[in-house]
Amino acid sequence: MENYELDLLKMIADIDGTPNGAYNIRANGALASRNVTENVLIKEKDGAPGIEIIIKAGTKNEKVHIPVIISESGIKETVYNDFIIGDDCDVEIVAGCGIHNCGSEESRHDGIHSFFIGKNSKVKYVERHVGEGDGTGGKNMNPTTVVNIDEGGYMEMETTQIKGIDNTKRVTKAKLKKDATLIVREKLMTHGTQYAETDFVVDLDGENSSANVVSRSVAKDNSSQLFLSEINGNNICNGHTECDAIIMDKAHVSAVPKITANHIDASLIHEAAIGKIAGEQLIKLMTLGLTEQQAEEQIVNGFLK
Amino acid sequence: MLELKNISFSAENEDGQKQILKDINLKIDEGFVVITGPNGGGKSTLAKVIAGIITPQSGQILLNGEDITNLSITERAKKGISFAFQQPVRFKGITVHDLISLAAGQDISVSDACAYLSQVGLCARDYINREVNASLSGGELKRIEIATVMARGTTVSIFDEPEAGIDLWSFNNLIKVFEKMNDTLGGSIIIISHQERILNIADKVIVLANGSVAQEGKKDDILPELLGKANMACKVLTANCED
Repeated sequence: MENYELDLLKMIADIDGTPNGAYNIRANGALASRNVTENVLIKEKDGAPGIEIIIKAGTKNEKVHIPVIISESGIKETVYNDFIIGDDCDVEIVAGCGIHNCGSEESRHDGIHSFFIGKNSKVKYVERHVGEGDGTGGKNMNPTTVVNIDEGGYMEMETTQIKGIDNTKRVTKAKLKKDATLIVREKLMTHGTQYAETDFVVDLDGENSSANVVSRSVAKDNSSQLFLSEINGNNICNGHTECDAIIMDKAHVSAVPKITANHIDASLIHEAAIGKIAGEQLIKLMTLGLTEQQAEEQIVNGFLK
Repeated sequence: MLELKNISFSAENEDGQKQILKDINLKIDEGFVVITGPNGGGKSTLAKVIAGIITPQSGQILLNGEDITNLSITERAKKGISFAFQQPVRFKGITVHDLISLAAGQDISVSDACAYLSQVGLCARDYINREVNASLSGGELKRIEIATVMARGTTVSIFDEPEAGIDLWSFNNLIKVFEKMNDTLGGSIIIISHQERILNIADKVIVLANGSVAQEGKKDDILPELLGKANMACKVLTANCED
């Protein structure tokens, strides 16, 4: 691999050299390397491009890396990855996609990730998106995540996309059974003329299921963002969705939260706030000796930390 | 030394222009200077004029002989002016450690940051990694605000009503903090306050009323009259109540 490809891998998956544990590295539309362990099986998916990650019941404290990088201009791919996680697991899955496009053709990665989380299993899923390269070709990503959490299961999903991706449409659909929990933390920054859309639909089907979907975003320059979040409370459940956005320059941000209660004991909250950086925050940091620009950077970096 | 020459500032309100500061002339060279006076007298505005947050329509500000009238907030901060807000600002995502590091102008260690917090009466370990956001109470924010000014260690430090909201914390500690700053920094500490115990440590008291310096001088000369007036006012109020 070239150095910039290794850098990209490090950025999206914290991989420095060969990762420990199971991994599957996909580069420019093909398998680059793979490792399986006693508890984590990774194999090609039948009938469609992509892989199946099968984690044995009872697997604890294992990490799985499945990064994707695209460094050739003009590669467009749709990949289906299925994660089948047995009962009573405690695992971390690090996915991510890095596009380095110096060419003039569009590079695009559409990843459809389906999670089947077993009873009482705990999964942390980290996804990072990075785009770089100064070619005129677009760097586009459209991740779809479908989550099914069985009784007592827990999923924490952390997604980050800081600059670099021209066009993204993220769709996340989740269904939760009894006592299942979903926590989503999304961080997003767009600049230039980028467009980012994020669309969450969470069905709280089981008794005492709960979801907390939190998005923090910064829109700079002429970029646009659309945040859609829908939580359906179909049982005794708790749901909370929050969108907090900083708008700068000539950007556009829309937040459309929607909560629906179909059960008398469904407790649902939505919060959405969009605003520019407060003047007093800038002034405070300037009284500490920062320039206005440095103050702005600190506020944005802190907000997205 | 900080010198204000002929500072005037007016702002628009519903009734038109309101003169908030009227031709203020002050020389501040003493260690502890307390600015006091009735609400709406122009105290906070004057502090903001010194920090560069408010630009006066006329007048001149000199710091150690150098004209800083046209310098920005940032430039004045770098020249050695610090300002503790009356109502501290909240930041989502910025931790107490981050803020103290920014104030110190460098990444400072956790133990150094904790030392500042301990001095303002906060159990440092509980706070160092917390965000400076709405989860902190007003009193906690005030103490962190004071810690940021301590971490800066500049020659002029302005505190706008530092005691407000920290009732539970003993005044002795707050006063000790100011005394220690005074000993180590050797500059001026300017405190806007109504508290007798803070007025009592002042080397100089300035009474600001209706945008003008009503009185200025040594604590011993100003305080008896000031407190006498306050007592009179209380007596009048009590008398009214008794009627």
